[in-house]
Parts: sequence; structure tokens; C-alpha cells
Amino acid sequence: MSSSTSPSKENISLFTFADKVPQRLVSGQTLGPVSVAYETWGQLNATGSNAILLLHALTGDSHAAGEASNPGWWGPLVGPGRAFDTDKYFVVCSNVIGGCAGSTGPASVNPATGKPYGLTFPVITVADMVEVQRHLMDHLGLTQWLAVAGGSMGGMQALQWAALYPERVRSVICMATALKHSPQQIAFDEVGRQAVMADPDWRGGDYSGGPPPERGLALARMIGHITYMSDQSMEEKFSRRLKSEGYKFTFDAEFEVEGYLRYRGANFVRRFDANSYLYVTRAIDYFDLSNGALVSSGKVLPRFLVVSFKSDWLYPSYQSRDIVTTLRAHQADVTYVDVHSTYGHDAFLLEWEEQARLIRPFLVKTSEAIETEKSGSR
Amino acid sequence: MKIGSRDVRPDHWAVCRMVKPQSTVLDLGCGTGDLLDLLVKERNVKGQGIEWQEESIYQCVEKGLTVLHGDIETGLGDFPSASFDYVILNQSMQEVRNVEFVLAEALRVGRQAIVGFPNFCHWRARLDLFFKGQTPVSRALPYRWNNTPNLHYLSMKDFEVFCDEKKINVIQSLGLTAQGQAPFLHNLLSETVVFQIEKDL
Repeated sequence: MSSSTSPSKENISLFTFADKVPQRLVSGQTLGPVSVAYETWGQLNATGSNAILLLHALTGDSHAAGEASNPGWWGPLVGPGRAFDTDKYFVVCSNVIGGCAGSTGPASVNPATGKPYGLTFPVITVADMVEVQRHLMDHLGLTQWLAVAGGSMGGMQALQWAALYPERVRSVICMATALKHSPQQIAFDEVGRQAVMADPDWRGGDYSGGPPPERGLALARMIGHITYMSDQSMEEKFSRRLKSEGYKFTFDAEFEVEGYLRYRGANFVRRFDANSYLYVTRAIDYFDLSNGALVSSGKVLPRFLVVSFKSDWLYPSYQSRDIVTTLRAHQADVTYVDVHSTYGHDAFLLEWEEQARLIRPFLVKTSEAIETEKSGSR
Repeated sequence: MKIGSRDVRPDHWAVCRMVKPQSTVLDLGCGTGDLLDLLVKERNVKGQGIEWQEESIYQCVEKGLTVLHGDIETGLGDFPSASFDYVILNQSMQEVRNVEFVLAEALRVGRQAIVGFPNFCHWRARLDLFFKGQTPVSRALPYRWNNTPNLHYLSMKDFEVFCDEKKINVIQSLGLTAQGQAPFLHNLLSETVVFQIEKDL
């Protein structure tokens, strides 16, 4: 693969389950068999108390970290001596179902028909993604995560873990995310989906025999990228700079920002499946842990680290504060920071130092609490 | 002054003396978390801080503290009534605009509140005013008029009068100098003061 964000295949493991009894989904439909592509870093300790699950965002994959040539989407935070210190922790990251980086998704072959699922793939939710991760967790022999962590859709999965399995999650780290998708967020997702579906090559989702709907998917990605940046970060990155001197009075990509968006769009279609884009955006549109769904009373709650970024207008700070308010109402242990950043929503993939300064001591404190508990119960 | 084997600031020493072991504490305007850290280590409290300066929050998290990035002026809506044994306002009350609201919130969320502030009627401050004819600048009041974060200047006596008017019960108050407790004439000799208060039921 040519894209820098595509995983190096040799390190990816595959776990398959639900091959006899299909997995029941939130929608009531079933799926099986289900394969999960995952990568791990570091070693599980003797007591199994150092396992961390990293959760990727919309178009991410299991490659959270790696070599310099392919550093992964959270690379600067994951590795020996880094915030997610792989000398101390056993770090796991898997590709979500519905995705297209190794886990079962609409581009996978349906064993019943011998053809790609396409739109016959069942609509999935964030809870379904987490349920699959829970199967992976059991497969790996883990009883409790020291932390589940991610940004954006990754943060939603982290919150979903706390909602579904509070006893199996010691702490939750969620960046630039929300308790529920807002109408604005759904609207942007819908525009992206419509762009894909308006491409004649999409052919009702059944494009496996022909060219994929690249123009539609690239357009969806271009729209996405606008929402991931901020007015200020675009000014800093591109301003009104031209790719070559002087206006040409054409509709070519004369401005740098146009060139950037086109480049991002073109790059994206090489690594991402158009139907996956529909399914995964649909999953986050259904995401809603408001009205008591996040916290079940009577359960021991994990600790939370909630982080928002001041210039993020796609997942604005108030949405993170809603998470905090909900958790505080149940007296949860919550740390919240609204980080000054000009990067917009992308900040959780760019503000390494700030995130590291929060994640590292938060994990240390969480580990210490486990140790104290163990020595207390001895 | 000493708490255990630690050298601590007089106001931190006073707060630490007032807080019972194993209690729950909410520190409003916790800064870099030095006081909260002290209370966690020396009183084994379950602590929570609120702070609005981002850099201070990183330092709190580095100390292993639980802290929320927020403005105490907008209230403590996230916090149920009487959900903490103590709400602390140390060296932060004189910096908020709406003192009465913030204090009322502190006394709603905390069964007790602990309030520390610089005593504006310390004798040195009085001398500055009287002889120099200038706004006092001292250890406890280190700022000049143009760069001070303090919005309110009050004395120990002012706060006693205020509590009396607002039906707030003063459980105890400690007047402090750099060396320790002020021996007598507290409103004259204290540089900083710490009050332990509760709603008068």
C-alpha cells in the first residue's frame, strides 16, 4: 500500500469468532463470522493489570504506533518511554468492524454468497464495535483494561466501554469527543454519505466488479478535512497562498488549500472503502449516551480523563463538558482539560506534548491505585 | 511551618489543621495543586480541584490529582449539594468578582468551607497607607495596584462582620504571620487568615 497510514501487514493479527453462532447486533441483525484485525505492543504483566486498549477514529486502523517509516496515528504517544509506555504497558489496538483495515466490513466477502457484503452488511453501532472488542479482550485472556483511550470516534468507543462494561475498565481517556452526536455532526456525515452515493460508480453500493466511487469518497474526505481544521489553522497552513504565481482564471486547484484538499481526497480513496465510510459514519450518528446511558448506578465507575480543544468546532468543548457534568452527577473521578490549540478537531492527532503530559501521570496514578488495592486486600 | 516532616506555607498549615483525615475536599482555584497534594498525602483526603489556568492543571495532573478545568465564578452546577466535607477557597476568594455567589456555592456543595485570604489590615499595610500614602505591597499582598489579581481587599474583621450578616457560622479562624500563628491582636498582626465556616442552621 502506498498510503503512509496503512498498517504494515506483517504485525497485524487476526482473531475470528462468531463462525458458528453469528454475533447479534444492536440493530437486531446478525453478523458472522466476525474477524478483528489487531496489533499489540509491550508485554502483559503477571497480574494482567497493565493492558490498555487504544481506539481509533473514523478512518483509522489498528496501527496506532510503529516504526519511523510508518509511525501510526498515535505514534508519538505510544512506545518505550512515551505516555503509553510500552516498557510498562501492554497496548492493544484493533480495527473497528465496519471498517476496511482488516476487520470484517462491507468490503469483506460474505461467506454465504462468496461476494463482498456491500450494502447487505448490517448497519452497526459504536456499541457493536465495543462488543467485538470485548470478544477480543476475552480471547486475549484479559479481565480488565487499565485504560481505554481514544479521540473523536475513539473517545465514543471509550465512553461506550464505560457504559457497557464499567467493571472491566479501570480508566477512560477520551479526547475531542461527545456524549451524543449533535445535529451538526450528523449533518456533516450525511453530506459525506450523499457525496459517496451521488457518485455513479457507487452503483447502490455494489461496485466490486467495477471502479470504486472515488470522486464521491474523495469529496466526502475533502468536506471532512475542512471540519477537522480551524479557521486559524487553515490560515496558518495555507493562508491565500497560490501553488504557482498569479491567478490563472481557471477552476484548477490554484490555491494551496485547494491542492491540499484534493491531495487528501485522492490519497484517501486509495486506502479507504466507500461503503465503510457510509457504515462507520452511520455508527457514530447513532451514538447517544445521554439520558443516563453512560453511567449505570450502583456500579463502580472507572476514572476519567476528558480532554477537549478550544478551536475544535466539530466536537466543541461544551460536548466534553456535558460528559463531565454527567459523570460528576454520579460523583465519578473526572479530570477535564480544555486545551488551548489552534488545530481544531485534528488537535488530538497533533498536540502530542499536552496529551502526553496528561496521559502519562493519569496512567501512573491509575496503576498505583490498583497496586494499593492489591496490597490492601492481601 | 511543619506538617509531619514537610515544610509548608502558614496558610497551608492552617488549612491542613482544619481538615479531618479521610474526608472529601473540593479545592476551588487549586492552582498547581500544592495544597491539595498536601491534604492527600497528610490527611489522606479524597480531593478534587477546580482551576482555570491550563498550565496549572497539567501540574495538578502530574501530581496525580483529580482536577477540572473551569471557572468557579460560573458556579458549581456539576456538584450536588453537601457532596464534600470541605470546600476550600484559599487565596482565591479575593480574586472572584461575585464573592457572595461563590461563597454561597461553596457552602452549598461543602458541609463546611475553608476560606483563606490576605489580611489587608495587617499593621504593615496600615503603615504603608498611613505614612507612604500608597497601596500596600507586602509578602501577603505582593502586587501593585495595576497588576494585582485581587478584586477585593478585606480584613479579618471585615470577614467576621460579613459572616455575621450572612448567618454564616465561624467554626474557627486562624491569624497567621510568616513565622506562625499571630499571638494576639489578630486583625492587626496577621498577614493571612484562614476561616473555617459553615451555614448557620
